Order: sequence, then structure tokens, then C-alpha cells
Amino acid sequence: MDQNTLNFIFIGISFALYIGIAFRSRATSTKEYYVAGGEVSPIANGMATAADWMSAATFISMAGTLAIGGYDGSRFLMGWTGGFVLLTILMVPYLRKFGKATVPDFIGDRFYSKVARGVAVVCAIFICMTYIMGQMNGVGVVFSQLFGIPMTPGVLIGAGIVFLYAGLGGMKGITYTQVAQYCVMAFAYTIPAIFIAIAMTNNFIPQLGFIGDFTQDGNATPFLEKVNSLNVKLGFSNYTDGSLSTINMFCITAALMCGTAGLPHVIVRFFTVKNVKAVRISACWTLAFIAVIYLTAPAIGAFSRVNLIKKLHDQEYTTAPQWFKDFEETGQMAWFDKNDDGKIQYFGKGESEKGTANVFVTTAAAKKPQYPNEDKRGKYGERLLTNDIDMSNPNELWFGGDIMIMANPHMGEAPKWMIALLMAGCIAAALSTAAGLLLVLSTSISHDLMKNIVNPNLTDKEEMRYARIAAFVSLLIATYFGINPPSTFIAETVAFAFGLAASSFFPTLLMGIFWKKLSREGAIAGMACGIGFTLGYIIYFQFLGGKPDDYLLGISPAGIGTIGMLVNFTVAFVVNLFSPPPPQHVQDMVESIRIPTGSDEVTGTH
Amino acid sequence: MDCLLQYDMQFSENRELREEVNMNDSTPREHRRACLRITIGLLVVWFMVSFVAAILCRDWLDASFPQIGNAPFGFWMAQQGSIICFVLILITYAVLMRRLDEKHGYSE
Repeated sequence: MDQNTLNFIFIGISFALYIGIAFRSRATSTKEYYVAGGEVSPIANGMATAADWMSAATFISMAGTLAIGGYDGSRFLMGWTGGFVLLTILMVPYLRKFGKATVPDFIGDRFYSKVARGVAVVCAIFICMTYIMGQMNGVGVVFSQLFGIPMTPGVLIGAGIVFLYAGLGGMKGITYTQVAQYCVMAFAYTIPAIFIAIAMTNNFIPQLGFIGDFTQDGNATPFLEKVNSLNVKLGFSNYTDGSLSTINMFCITAALMCGTAGLPHVIVRFFTVKNVKAVRISACWTLAFIAVIYLTAPAIGAFSRVNLIKKLHDQEYTTAPQWFKDFEETGQMAWFDKNDDGKIQYFGKGESEKGTANVFVTTAAAKKPQYPNEDKRGKYGERLLTNDIDMSNPNELWFGGDIMIMANPHMGEAPKWMIALLMAGCIAAALSTAAGLLLVLSTSISHDLMKNIVNPNLTDKEEMRYARIAAFVSLLIATYFGINPPSTFIAETVAFAFGLAASSFFPTLLMGIFWKKLSREGAIAGMACGIGFTLGYIIYFQFLGGKPDDYLLGISPAGIGTIGMLVNFTVAFVVNLFSPPPPQHVQDMVESIRIPTGSDEVTGTH
Repeated sequence: MDCLLQYDMQFSENRELREEVNMNDSTPREHRRACLRITIGLLVVWFMVSFVAAILCRDWLDASFPQIGNAPFGFWMAQQGSIICFVLILITYAVLMRRLDEKHGYSE
């Protein structure tokens, strides 16, 4: 059976499963639509949250980031798991006790202000919308590569399926579908890793192989030393050392952690369980399920690093493995023969006098390989590029950071069904995140905007109708932008969403819960200054041509959210000194959310 | 002391908040303090295993701590150890808080 047929079968089966589950558990009331009736078991909720959390980007590109960055990649590993500690210990038990369906609900009530609620709604919609566009785009990319169909029908198929079970099934449908999706993802991620670990280190647990010995070439050498020596020989820095400065590493990790704890679509997942005690247990399960994949990622990254170098460096192009040529066709790998010897050479910065290792000159318009309109081939049959070639260094191999996980089973010569499973896993990752985001988006519009700001007299039924219409409309918008990504601006801003959440939602929620005297003026001023500072810094250095030499304390835009958070705290504290304290009933409410029992059922209406 | 008294009075005035049947006036405050101690303690651990062990002191740990398998200690903490510790922190939190809630009569 050929690869395409197998891919079709695996993905077809997984789709049938998702739709079947969604149909059996469709929502009939706003309560079921928003929070699955508040009765999901902690383990199921843990799996669903884990699937929701790990997007296509995490699933596909994290191992690649680790493979390229080595130690530097740890910022994502720690940032995206450590955030759950903050989330669980400081946020969700209290927000769950508060007992409303959304995060803007809490901000609006706690800071007794429609302005604050409105700002929170806008932030939530902005964060979710930028995310979901990326997901739809990801679905399209996977589909178009798999089946050789153009991007547009790929995105449309994905959107149709997401709407079927997110729009109709609501939180209840999504939650049970995500449980199935998590299982697909976990198998798709770990099975190829185990296969390669056995081949490379003779140890069937990838995490142990990672710290064990490399045995593939007969004699046992410590695996990490092997990666280091390969890296250094080709002019890269030591795999275990990394190249980011300590302060940058610190700030980026902190921004990712606090951002995680402030993302509305993650917080809302914990409103689906029964009570505060169940929230804590559910959070343990969530992190444990996430850890299964995050602990495997460093092993996959290091394995694929070794495989990539061994299989491609100093390899004649004409005898290069078939998968290399396949990735070349889809534009995810490229080769230009600088020294005209017919061999692929892969070198790092250490091999060039200028300290760069670009294959071609990168400009804002051309960060990826560009191809002529007609298919042109070089003398060895390679695809020719139209980019200006950078001849100041000897590196000839370009590849996109996100192909590692896709290329991994090919490089390790895994059986075909494993590759098909991996494809199904990628699609599961994109669909589960898109569905979760779509729900938060539709809830924000129907509940926070229509019900609480525009027309408080909506009945349950009307609100549900608005939710479904909102889901449909936002999906249409996301699909449109998924097909036509709007300039590079939005795509690049997504990467900074964590910094924005860390400087706005996280400190405001934290102070709202633990500091009952914080007034609305303090909170709003803090939120505005925090996000304004962070956004300004990012825009200046990312889009207006600020030079890295001018970075504040050497902190890159990805890590500035940490400073933005401190700005938020400080401004809130100062403004609070000059504003009247919150009214008594608000202070009482803050007291009451600290008591773990008596959490009301979360209801859509109130 | 004054403000604590005031706080207690506020609390007893607000009948709605006294959800438990056999609860004396100091229970919510004690519960809250114990809860705060657990929270701060676990956050210190969280900070130590991630920021201190894996970032700030990693060079020193790499050099002077025993290797985990073949991995330098600080590097291993950054890639694997911290994540394992995070899971353990959350389990500890769930257990300690359940005990605390039971002790103060808040179990459901």
C-alpha cells in the first residue's frame, strides 16, 4: 500500500471518530455550550486541555526549535509547562469559585466597570483571532502537502470539520472530541520517537536514550557528546550550551510562563469541572499529559539533529535520500551548490569569517527560498532558487524549522504507517486548538458582548443562537485569513501574544484575586500601561527597524513581556494610592472566592 | 491588630459568606494564611527548579553536580528535570490543599 493511501485511511478514521463523538455529545443549553454542563471528569478535562493547549505549531515545530537551538530551546519547554504551575496555584481555583463562564466576566465584576469588561473582551478576541488564523493556515498546509490539493480546499475542509463539532457541539462536544485527539497526538508523537531511540541508542525509552549512549555505529559513546562533537565539527555551538544571554533566557522564559497563566482560552477550560477540588486534580492531569509530549520533544530534537547531519552533510546530491528531494519539491528544504562539487554541505556560523551561515541573503520579502515561475533545474537536478546567494559562508543547506518532526520518521527510516499516524497527529493538534479557540471567541461575542454589554434581556435560546452565529462568522473570517495571511504583521505578532498576555491579563487577574483593595482605576491604568509598553517595544524593534544594539538591558522583544508585567504592577500600585477603594460588595466577593467550598455551578445565564 | 479586628467584624456581618455550619470566626483567616504558606512555598520550589537551577546557576551546576546519565545537571534540569518537578509541584498542591480544606471543614 503506498504512503498516500495509508495517510487517507488514518486521517479518515480519525475524522470519523471525532465527528461521531461530537454528534453523541452535542450541546442543548448555554450551560452545556459554554462549560459542558460543568460536569466533566478531571481526567477527561485534563486530556482535553492538553490537546487544546498543544497547537499545530507546538506539535510540529517545537522539536525543530530544540534540534536547532539545543539548550536555547529549553525556554519553550519550561515556559509552556511552568506556566501551568502559576495557573493552577494562583488563578484557576479562585476563578472557578467565582463561578462565571468567562474571564471578562471576572474582570468586569471585580473591577465594577463596563470599560474594564470591554477592554478584556477586546483583548480576548484579539488573542484568539490571531491564534486561530495560524491554526487554519496550519490545517491548510498539512492538507495541501498530504493530498497535493491547493491550499484553499484544504483550509475549507478543515474549517467545515471544526464548525461541525465546535459550533454545534459547544464545549461538551469539543471536550470529548479533544480527548480522542489527545490520544492520537500522544501516539503520533511518541511511537516514532521510540522507534528512532531503539535504532540510535538501543534504548526503547527516548528520554533514557537521550541521556544514554549512542550505539548506532557499533561502539557506545555518550549520546550528548556525540551531538556536541557533530555540532562543533561543523561550526555550530555546543548543543548543550546554547547562545542566548542569561538575561534574555530568563526574561523570555518568564514571559512565556506568565503569558500561559493569562491566556483566556486556557483558563476557561477549568470552568468545565465540578468544583475547586476537581480543578486542582484536573490541573495535575493536564500537566502530566502535556509532559508526556514535552519530555519526548528534547529527545526527538537531538535524535533528528544527529540524523540530519549524518544523512545530509557531505552527501552527493544525486544519491541523497528520496525524502530530501520530496521536501525540496514542497519548498521546505533547499540546496545551492556554492563550491560546485555536487555535494550537500551543512555548516554553522563558526565556519565563516563574517559569523553568518545563510544560504541566501534574507530580506523582509524573502526569508524563504523563492522559485522561478517555471520549474528550473540545476545540473544535478536540484531546484534552482531566485534568491541572491550569500557566498560569504560555505553553508549550502536551508531547511524550515518546522520540518524536523515531519522529516524525523523519514530520516530514521520508519515504516509507512508511522508517517501516516504522524500526519493524523498533526491534523488533530491543529483541529483541537482551533476548536477550543473558536468556542472562546464565540462565547466572548455572545455572552460578554451581546448579553452583558449590548442587551441584558437575551433569553438562553437567543444567546445560544448568537453563539452559533458568532462561531460561524469568526470561522469564516479565520478561514479567509488562513487562506490569505494578512501581511507578515499578524503572523509575527502571534509569536508575541504571550508577552502581551503576560503584561495585561496575568498581573490584573493576579492582583484582582489577591489584593482586595485594588481599585478599578489602578487596574485599568496598570493594564493599559503594561500592554502599551510591551506592544510599543515589540512594534518598534520588530517592524520599525529598531536595532538589537538598542535593546533595553539587552532584552529581545520576545522577552519584554516580563518588563511589561513589572510596569503593570508598578502603575497599578501607584494609581491605587490616589483612587477611592473598591465598594464593599466587591471586597466581600474577593474574600469569598478565597474559600474553596460552595462554588456555584457555572451557568451561562445568571 | 485594629485592622484585623475590623476584618473579623466585617466577616461576621456578612452572613452569606459563612457557608459552613460549624465554623468559628477565625477559620477563614487561618485557612487563608495556611493556604498562602503553601502557595508561597511551592512557588519558591517552582522558581528554584526552573529559573535558578536551569538558567541562573546552570553553569555552576553543570560543573559541580553529578551528571544525570550522560547529561550535565543544569542542562538536564532545563530539558527534563524542571518539567518533572512541575508535575510533582501540582500533585503536592492538590494533596496539601485537600488536607487543609478537610481540616477546616471545607471538604465537599
